[in-house]
Amino acid sequence: MSCVKETDAVISTTGMISRELFYHQDRLGNFYMIGSMGLLSSFGLGLAKLHPHRKFFVLDGDGSALMSMGTMALVAAEKPRNFIHIVLDNESYESTGAQPTISRSVPIGEIAQASGYASTASVKSCAELAVELERCLVKDGPHCILIKVGIEPIPNIPRITYSPNEIRDRFRSFLMENTDG
Amino acid sequence: MVSRDYTFFAGVPDSTFGPAYNALTSNPHLTYIPATREDSALGVASAAYFSGKKGAVVMQNSGLGNVINPLTSFSLMYEIPILLIIGWRGFGGHGSDAPEHWIMGEKTPSFLELLDIPYAVLDTELHHEKIDELLQSIEIQQKPGALLVPPGVFN
Repeated sequence: MSCVKETDAVISTTGMISRELFYHQDRLGNFYMIGSMGLLSSFGLGLAKLHPHRKFFVLDGDGSALMSMGTMALVAAEKPRNFIHIVLDNESYESTGAQPTISRSVPIGEIAQASGYASTASVKSCAELAVELERCLVKDGPHCILIKVGIEPIPNIPRITYSPNEIRDRFRSFLMENTDG
Repeated sequence: MVSRDYTFFAGVPDSTFGPAYNALTSNPHLTYIPATREDSALGVASAAYFSGKKGAVVMQNSGLGNVINPLTSFSLMYEIPILLIIGWRGFGGHGSDAPEHWIMGEKTPSFLELLDIPYAVLDTELHHEKIDELLQSIEIQQKPGALLVPPGVFN
């Protein structure tokens, strides 16, 4: 999150990813997609096209990315330069009881690369992530960074306290401020 | 649609729209994103609301089944206005059009009614008042609305 500028947007997928983002780094430019698994990258694509001067960090999960593989192809085809697709891959559907996904045998990063993302990378540590993010910030996207992550739940992690309308209004105001057309 | 400030479109094609579809996708004043599936189109087009613009999804009614989850757990939940322009295959139900369209052809309005989504049926006279009333509901209620396009409206 230290790479995220004040004017950048961060959107996150359903389940623990949004809850962890809310818990660790709630900010005006965040959008928590609390339903509609698999919809995040489509929403992010539309936003990136309409706000070409902001960066959009799309925090997806492996389950969500697998569910929306067609959108991965669409993102690659549409070439949004300001789209950074971060797939937090814990190889599980954590929120529904940690059932395994197929990401342990299906290389999502390679699918992004084959679809035609401008760059893809797989990282296994925070240090590697920092290096990759720095690289992505100075080159045109769309970028995909796949990070293998653990499944350790945060004890007593709260649910998001904003209502859906509040999430919507806050994000919309953020984007429409200093609108870049 | 252009005269009503709709500028951001995403969709999956339908032959029902005829030449109007090509006119839409080749209009340099509009953005059209050719989505791989209707749910994705809904996600993309919904971004318009967050930019102070108006967005619409272009699709065939067979794709209604693919947008039910994003409608119920995104559009209707966050209350995001969006216009669904839906080609009505199987209009007339069983026996009209090809078999894969019979069931949805009959049930298209019921699906929308089930979700309390307002809709209007476009006719050849292109009654503007009906369209404007629908577009107003979308804006005022901050929810999706659908314009159903039966065959023969766009030649």
